[in-house]
Amino acid sequence: MTSDPALSGLTGSIIHDTIVPARAPWLHHVAKGEVLRIVDLEGNQAVDFLIYSAADDAERYSAQDTVAAQGNLFLRTGSVLLSNEGNALMTIVDSAVEYHDTIGGACSCESNTLRYGHHTRYQHACVDNFLEANLTEGRGKRDIVSNINFFMNVPVEEDGTLGIVDGISAPGLTVDLRAEMDVIVVVSNCPQINNPCNGFNPTPVRMIVAAG
Amino acid sequence: MSGTADPKSAREHARAQGNIRVETMPIIPPVADDLPEGVAPDDLVWEETVAPGGYTSRRIARGTRLRLIDKGGDACASLNIFNAEMPTERLNVADTVKVQWNAYLGAGKLLLSDMGRVLMAILEDGAETHDTFCGVSNAATNTRKYREGRNSGAYPNGRDRLILGAAKHGLTRRDVHPCVNLFKGTRIEADGSITPVIGPFAPGRTVLLRAEMEVIVVIANCPHVLDPRPEYASTPLRITAWRGPVTPDDDSVRNATPEGQRAYLNTEDNYRR
Repeated sequence: MTSDPALSGLTGSIIHDTIVPARAPWLHHVAKGEVLRIVDLEGNQAVDFLIYSAADDAERYSAQDTVAAQGNLFLRTGSVLLSNEGNALMTIVDSAVEYHDTIGGACSCESNTLRYGHHTRYQHACVDNFLEANLTEGRGKRDIVSNINFFMNVPVEEDGTLGIVDGISAPGLTVDLRAEMDVIVVVSNCPQINNPCNGFNPTPVRMIVAAG
Repeated sequence: MSGTADPKSAREHARAQGNIRVETMPIIPPVADDLPEGVAPDDLVWEETVAPGGYTSRRIARGTRLRLIDKGGDACASLNIFNAEMPTERLNVADTVKVQWNAYLGAGKLLLSDMGRVLMAILEDGAETHDTFCGVSNAATNTRKYREGRNSGAYPNGRDRLILGAAKHGLTRRDVHPCVNLFKGTRIEADGSITPVIGPFAPGRTVLLRAEMEVIVVIANCPHVLDPRPEYASTPLRITAWRGPVTPDDDSVRNATPEGQRAYLNTEDNYRR
């Protein structure tokens, strides 16, 4: 018996359970059928997220294929996360937050200079985390594509205006992803401090993998 | 006797084709009788009409003007862009919409790289129906819609076309990244739903871009992935490009927003050598 509310509803045995520190990268292989739960421990912490097919990492998450197939920009419970070749990589099987973003991309040292000014050049950024994690397995810059931002809120207005605005998550809220094939998950626990994606205060998140 | 039974007659047979002219082909050397006023014919560098379902790719120089014309009302120019000198730098669609605080492309908008630089700028837009969200069709989507979607079949898909175009410049499957679609559009509703804006449109709509870096452009001309029609609706896409000056400091597109200005500063810094 467990009293840990973060494990509530996970039926399979827990095979991995870790805290990703604020601002850090994380890489993990998730086997087909396993469920990855992300816990937004302190609330409104953007989790930048890429997925690669473990069998062929040239096949990877495609934000464009995913939103085109579901006819909607927002990722919700039931969203199937598709690859660039149209195959299901993972499915969002449960989400305590109404929707997640996949159009806002990842912050980088370079885009920070555009959005905020050249004084931000040496701040931490998600693309550096993606690179650091991917380089450990031989992937590089050309393997980084448009990503998912769990717990991040990017509305689009009628005239096309869009932006990262105050989040709709809260401490302890979770999202559950079931792997539909053997995948490699690469995460940047977003270090951004110039917009509200982390409430201007990057915090840790918890990653739990349960057997299917 | 067959006209191709021996090498000499086969050579005659092949050479007899050499003067055939069709609508969809490259014109080499380039000729265009509708260049804008002030453009010298000697500055023309590219004249080509891409077939329905076809693709093309080419390196063009900084300052080059790239004009795209939807000749029949059903062209869809799916565009990937690479820094020709370092192709790991490429179009970043997410940064393009995020940095400019807007998802809809049009005159004055920039196409940004993942290195905080401007790859191309949209100077004129006679279409105003473009798409940054949906990307291209792939073999699976075309097989569902048209029963097959192979490069070698009648209904090639956008992704495989972009892969071939990129491969002609030494790039691979890994390099084909999220694209923008010109001429076929999407609108986003309040609940996030995507409304395709597919037409068909009036023939002759034109978009004019300016290369802000030495770039490789890869263009596929396949039906938009959310085209609701059961038939493979695709018409020729005309491409014309001519040499032009590098963007000056007082350019109105360069100076339209503080984010764009910094993107141009980064671009200019890249060529400070």
